[in-house]
Amino acid sequence: MAEERLNAIGKLLARQGILIAFVVFMIGFALLNDRFLAVDNVLGVVRSSAILGVMALGVTFVVISGNLDLSVGSMMSFSTIVVLDLHDKIGPELAIPAMFAMTMALGGFIGVLVGYFKLNSLIVTLGMLSAIHGLTLTYSGGKNMDIADKEGTWFSVIGQGSVLGVPVPIVVFLGLACLLAILLAKTPFGRKVYAVGGNGVAATFSGIRRPRVVLMTYLISSFCVAMAGLLQASRSMGSQNTVGQGLELEVLAAIILGGASLLGGSGTVFKTLIGVLILGFIQNGLLLVGLEFYVQYVVTWLIIILAVWLDIAAKRGRLLSPIA
Amino acid sequence: MTTSNRTKTIKRGAIWGFIVLELIFFSVAGRFLSVSQTQFMDLDNMLLLLKQSAPIGIIALGMTVIMINGNIDLSVGAIFALCAIVMLDSQTWPIFAGLGELGVIPFAWGMALLTGMVLGAINGLIVWKTGVDAFIVTLGAMLGYRGLVFMYNGEQPTFLLNWTLVDMIESSLLGLEFPAIAFIVLTFLIWFLMTKTVHGRNAYAVGDNREAAVNAGIRVGPHMLWNFVLIGFLTALSSIVFYSASGSVNPNDGELYELWAITAVVLGGTKLTGGSGSVINTFGGVIAIQLLRKGLGHIGADTETVNLVIGLILIAVLFLDRQLNVKGKGELRT
Amino acid sequence: MRTQSPALRLEDIVKTFPGVRALDGVSFEVQPGEVHALLGENGAGKSTLMKVLAGMHQPDEGRIYIGGRQVTMKTPLEAKAEGVVLIHQELSLAEELSAAENIYLGELPRKRFGLVDRQTLLAKAGAILERLKCGFGPEVTVGDLSIANKQMVEIARALTVDAKTVVFDEPTASLTDAEKVVLFDIIRDLKDRGVGIVYISHRMEEIFTISDRISVLRDGSYRGTLITADTNEDEVTQLMIGRSLDLTRNHEPANLGAIALEVKALCCGSLFHDVSFKVHSGEVVGFYGLVGAGRTEIAETLFGLRTPSSGAICLEGKEVTISSPVSAIENGISLVPENRKEQGLVLGMNCRDNITLPQVSDLTAGPFVSDGAEIAIFDHYRDKLEIKTPNWRQLVGNLSGGNQQKIVIGKWLSMHPKVLIVDEPTRGIDVGSKSEIHKLIRDLARQGYAVIVISSEMPEVMHVSDRIIAMYQGRIMREFTSEEVTEDNLVQAISGIVANGDRAA
Repeated sequence: MAEERLNAIGKLLARQGILIAFVVFMIGFALLNDRFLAVDNVLGVVRSSAILGVMALGVTFVVISGNLDLSVGSMMSFSTIVVLDLHDKIGPELAIPAMFAMTMALGGFIGVLVGYFKLNSLIVTLGMLSAIHGLTLTYSGGKNMDIADKEGTWFSVIGQGSVLGVPVPIVVFLGLACLLAILLAKTPFGRKVYAVGGNGVAATFSGIRRPRVVLMTYLISSFCVAMAGLLQASRSMGSQNTVGQGLELEVLAAIILGGASLLGGSGTVFKTLIGVLILGFIQNGLLLVGLEFYVQYVVTWLIIILAVWLDIAAKRGRLLSPIA
Repeated sequence: MTTSNRTKTIKRGAIWGFIVLELIFFSVAGRFLSVSQTQFMDLDNMLLLLKQSAPIGIIALGMTVIMINGNIDLSVGAIFALCAIVMLDSQTWPIFAGLGELGVIPFAWGMALLTGMVLGAINGLIVWKTGVDAFIVTLGAMLGYRGLVFMYNGEQPTFLLNWTLVDMIESSLLGLEFPAIAFIVLTFLIWFLMTKTVHGRNAYAVGDNREAAVNAGIRVGPHMLWNFVLIGFLTALSSIVFYSASGSVNPNDGELYELWAITAVVLGGTKLTGGSGSVINTFGGVIAIQLLRKGLGHIGADTETVNLVIGLILIAVLFLDRQLNVKGKGELRT
Repeated sequence: MRTQSPALRLEDIVKTFPGVRALDGVSFEVQPGEVHALLGENGAGKSTLMKVLAGMHQPDEGRIYIGGRQVTMKTPLEAKAEGVVLIHQELSLAEELSAAENIYLGELPRKRFGLVDRQTLLAKAGAILERLKCGFGPEVTVGDLSIANKQMVEIARALTVDAKTVVFDEPTASLTDAEKVVLFDIIRDLKDRGVGIVYISHRMEEIFTISDRISVLRDGSYRGTLITADTNEDEVTQLMIGRSLDLTRNHEPANLGAIALEVKALCCGSLFHDVSFKVHSGEVVGFYGLVGAGRTEIAETLFGLRTPSSGAICLEGKEVTISSPVSAIENGISLVPENRKEQGLVLGMNCRDNITLPQVSDLTAGPFVSDGAEIAIFDHYRDKLEIKTPNWRQLVGNLSGGNQQKIVIGKWLSMHPKVLIVDEPTRGIDVGSKSEIHKLIRDLARQGYAVIVISSEMPEVMHVSDRIIAMYQGRIMREFTSEEVTEDNLVQAISGIVANGDRAA
């Protein structure tokens, strides 16, 4: 009996481990530094997580449907550069929709290759990472992009303004999170995403058009990337053409931390949100107690491994792998 | 010869056909478009190419082993940078003082190699003991090891020019500089490992069907651990080859190297699912990418387009591979 | 008979999995130099028992003796060390390695520095392949071999150790007749050397050719052992099927309606040719044949998963083109697929969501999925099909096989199809659930559905069908009414022997 209960506690720990660790971590830092849970600090964290977070929301759909997207980093660089360039050429009102269209065309291209031609998503998006990087460099001629007249445009509002005292990036991030959470959890499309990722063959046998669902997930992902690029461009009003480099793997890290399986079929928008916030608060907490920003990399590493390990251990019922 | 055998032969030879195609294309196109005066297929040019492909190439050799084994390693870029810092910095350590510019080299190299092997071993141990997928383990390590790089020397670059070392790296044998020689010799050694040794043959079995390998009595855990140590070792060697001459490393160096290495390996025909692949073809993949890079420069294309072309070629290769495998009309569409 | 201790002996083996008692006190023994056949229907526990023998599963209770000594075998490796070798039905070879390397996998002969001792390897492997009279050398890459030759490599692997007991799991499933002869020679050769052989198969004629004794499993329990020379197929069949399952022939007169489905001269590549048949509403048509006869492929074509190369499909008299499962569903065709876990269900989803999956786009209130509508459908089919689950939130992966199958059937009934195709309706399902599902199929016909049942189990197909279509190598050999059909003429038809006794081309 006692053993059973211990087992149950162990399972609870393993299942909700990441949430429990998050709470413990927050309390710990709050005790170490009383500024940590202050409203402006919390808002600051959410705001600085917004760009990564918006991207992670989109990639969540791709991961749940059983695929990967390694191209979102270089795609985000592309969006940022394109919108900055077009801003001065055709004005922000046209630049923004044009940039969204171009970014989503890239996402659609990936979606067609992975969905309709059934190519391995890891390699396709690896290829697209490189190709879009090249596209961005060609587009920009290898130079940085800046908005010439930074004062004479309303463009900066998106990245720097605020609504009722809440910074716009936070509104965009949390608003998009709510929308996508509803899309995933409450609509027929969301159900199909889970079915395709959980068992693609069975989904096809149930009359679900798998290619179309996969295409949609990549369109959503690229829409979110375009949004992130817009936030980035508007915040900095100028950018290097490698601004998104490496973000693809940080995005995956956040999603994994949230508890989604890379095999597909599991994960939620809320969990990804938690994953993103954990990354954000770790970074912030470590900075507040006086550690350099890069310490968070090491901490993130340990947390990712621990989180996934505990999850697997709970499923197999033993801590260590049975591999001899 | 059956159709499946023919398809297989085509696939195995594809990368070399592609290289020949590149050579012809750039030679001919170069005549009309070349911005430089030299021939594309100039010997010096080709030797330089070999030298320039060495750093990614040596990592790609290790990646081939890891991928045949059914795993993947995303942390090599960070390992690359950390080994470089250790190699350069260790030459100033007090315990090595008094060894002189020449005497310190083996110790600096030894420290770098040790670093690479330890980092690889950490990945391997985690994969073995926790059962977490290598993709996730090394994705985490990619961040974690990069963190260690920064912790070592902050955001400052690490400098050290050891002229004896520079001379050594830049000395040449039969026109081949040290990096090129290292790449060729290592390709041969790893090919030998994968085709002639028990460990190499077991790697194919483990990658093809892990459970069957366990049942056959292969100790899969330690086996995978050794392969992670090997890729750590090779990444350290790559780092040595690259930084001995340049003498300066930034904390962001090596970013995306994992992706370049994987691209070369996949171009060489190694399957992501494991159990199949060839070290010699990876060599071909590395050369093909470097040829493209140089060739596009030779015909006056922006160097920026290289990434675009490589990415599209990678997708095209995957697409063709898929088309070769489609069985025709009666196939089950799932 | 024999006095020495048996090569292998199991006593009172019990093995349970969540929801299933797979083995319930099974005892079994093999003498040295004996071929002992293990028989049972799908789901009877053969494969579980085999995995216990090979050290892949640990029994919950019971004892295993080898040569009279009690042993525990925790891994296949330990089993191998005890001299028990399993020859898998699913091949476990590394495609990229040579035959020799596969044969000695895990114990490749070494030279210095960890090099493979190629000479020794090729010599030893070559000798084994020679003994098996294989037509290929040890150096050939396994990926280039045919399935039959791959199986030879598996068998060769078993011969590398001093095996006391060799377990063959459905070894002839993918072999030609000539290859079978070779295999039986090998088995007799092993037998002469005093090796005990466990031979698992459901092909009666093979078992009578090769075995000395026959043990029968049913529903996870041991039903008895017969001496092959003193028994006949009837006796064995009776033990296998028993009286617990009433599979008398269907005598219920079909209440035929209009023709629901008519298939005219349908062909699909090399899979099936010139297939024509009709199904009326209110009728159950059974498709019977060996694995690979093209039955499942016809179902998949009707459901839009394969493109036919010629022929026509008519629904209620109108010719239709079915290009995808979506258009099949729109035309009122539903398919309960052969492989429940891989094709039928999303195991990580709950019961309700699995049932409503094909119509989730239509169960909406505004843009959202309507919880109420979904639960109503789930409740309806739970009650109608008597699905046993605590609530709709239960993950389908946690249900028993029978209840899982009911979920798949419920999923398709909820689409109100005109034609319902059920492929292997009771594969891997316990006896109780089997008869429930049989009853359900008959009920559906009575309610006016046109039902196609594909089955590899003769009693089942005779029990549920109004008409039986026998297939052989992609062609329809004969159609039987339920009055005409007998076990004999059915077996002849699916073996390619037509009515006048000639073998079909």
